[in-house]
Amino acid sequence: MKQLMSFIRKEFYHILRDRTTIMILLLMPIIQIILFGFALTTEVKDTKVAVLAPTNDEVSTRIIEKINASAYFHVVEKIHNTVEIQKVFRDSKAKLVVVFEDHFSEKLHHTGKAHIQLIADATDPNAATSFTFYASNIIASYQQELMADSKNPYQIIPEVKMLYNPQMVGAFNFVPGVLGMILILICAMMTSIAIVREKEMGTMEILLVSPMKPIYIILSKITPYFVLSCVNFTTTILLSVFVLKVPIVGSLASLILVSLLYIFLSLSVGLLVSTLTDSQQAAMLISGMGFMIPVMMLSGMIFPIENMPVALQWLSNIVPARWYISAVKAIMIEGLGITSVLKEVAIMILMIVVLITISLKKFKIRLE
Amino acid sequence: MNDTNKYNRDKVIIAENLTKKFGHFTAVDNISFEVEKGEIFGFLGANGAGKTTAMRMLCGLSIPTSGKGTVAGYDISSQTELVKKNIGYMSQKFSLYDDLKVWENIELFAGIYGMKEKEIKVKTDELMEILNFEDERDKLVGSLPLGFKQKLAFSVSIFHNPKVVFLDEPTGGVDPITRRQFWELIYDATTRGITVFVTTHYMDEAEYCNRVSIMVDGRIEALDSPKNLKKQFNAINMDEVFQQLARESTRKAD
Repeated sequence: MKQLMSFIRKEFYHILRDRTTIMILLLMPIIQIILFGFALTTEVKDTKVAVLAPTNDEVSTRIIEKINASAYFHVVEKIHNTVEIQKVFRDSKAKLVVVFEDHFSEKLHHTGKAHIQLIADATDPNAATSFTFYASNIIASYQQELMADSKNPYQIIPEVKMLYNPQMVGAFNFVPGVLGMILILICAMMTSIAIVREKEMGTMEILLVSPMKPIYIILSKITPYFVLSCVNFTTTILLSVFVLKVPIVGSLASLILVSLLYIFLSLSVGLLVSTLTDSQQAAMLISGMGFMIPVMMLSGMIFPIENMPVALQWLSNIVPARWYISAVKAIMIEGLGITSVLKEVAIMILMIVVLITISLKKFKIRLE
Repeated sequence: MNDTNKYNRDKVIIAENLTKKFGHFTAVDNISFEVEKGEIFGFLGANGAGKTTAMRMLCGLSIPTSGKGTVAGYDISSQTELVKKNIGYMSQKFSLYDDLKVWENIELFAGIYGMKEKEIKVKTDELMEILNFEDERDKLVGSLPLGFKQKLAFSVSIFHNPKVVFLDEPTGGVDPITRRQFWELIYDATTRGITVFVTTHYMDEAEYCNRVSIMVDGRIEALDSPKNLKKQFNAINMDEVFQQLARESTRKAD
């Protein structure tokens, strides 16, 4: 035990003495969250709107005027049938199409109920959420006006439809994404570099000749990065909750549990990388190119997995972060319980088992 | 076990027909030798002759394909953990951490070998005085000159008082004066009863050893004191002895 303690202490010295690296590692999640958080929030101003009003009646005209009058929207086109909706979006003529149902005015006056559909181009999901929200508000305030003028209860029901990105993947997606990326960076890349550095410096030989058990060496290498990962996880979550106001809808405990699992998974990735290579550069390249970039490209952090070509969708299955991000999204944003992410949890556990098995096998071969 | 221990009391290293094969390649071919307590045993050979593999087997890092051996009384095939506890090791790469301070390095390795904190403290003070290192105690090892590092690395490798210390080309790249000082430390260690097993390719260093073995193509081709070897090969110095033997090599150096 004392052996292990003196070794873990040494690992902390290594990390703390390297000021630049530790600063980068601690600040990176903060900077990324703030960058992604504020850079991706789009000001909704003068959003182009197309209108489909089959019956040109009084109420629909009033609503169109209201929308056009607001600073957020600019009605650019009137279309005449539903086929044109696709065309409007495809030609980027408008971001939002407001569709009134047939005989809108008449229905509202006779039945007290009428429907409006707000069809949004949700390729930029943040913006789409904001402007459909504004549009709904404008419609609601008009409804209030109508109600004030007459005794009849009027109800205009806006129906929001997001095109191209129906599940709104990407909305608060960057928080799980940044978590997925930071954790794999620290755990996989830094751990593998730390282990390989010992090989490169020749100190690994001394450790292997010493009575220190190989499992202790690995444990003590992992410990500081585990601690660092927990710190980063905490700062990321605090920032996203208090600065970006991304709420944790589900249970914090499940979120922590899933994250710990992912940290272990990333650590075993780092372990495997370190057994595959002998130089720090190679370790950095393998974990950088092999894990960081797939995490960004294939995990659904930037590009929604549903929109990828089938081959890439298939490939994304082997990216650990994909499962983590999907689990975090389910818990943090959709508010689902741990039972609904059992598939993700099971896959991550399976990955850990496979990775550890391969690493241990490789490690033994190296000793021979 | 006790019986064999008593019987081999003064034989700290025994190798009997040690062989290591990697597939069809025989890295170490049937070598046998004994090293006595307090002896400085030189282990010579060209690159690729099998020195490192033989040394790895004696350190418990690699299990022999056939043959057997004991180090400090423990079997190198079945008691590797006990072997490791009783040996020290220093390689040509120095084996210290550049970003740790002098005393932190000492504390780390002493801790790995399970020494008590109090003992570590006392012995560290002692060592700093012997090496004249009092001013360097709080410096990072990376800032020390090469010769200092080597002396420190050797002192650390015998800090836990091992029965045998294995030195793998410990003096590569240092000037003759520092090398001379380094050997004084080695002699000093033997007076404390530590056996020294050293590989080197400086032939002047081979002269400092009590006995020298020379490996060619995985086999030990010569083993005796430097004086007898020179007589046997009719050579004026160890370099000549080595050249004569190395010429027979058919294996390509790596």
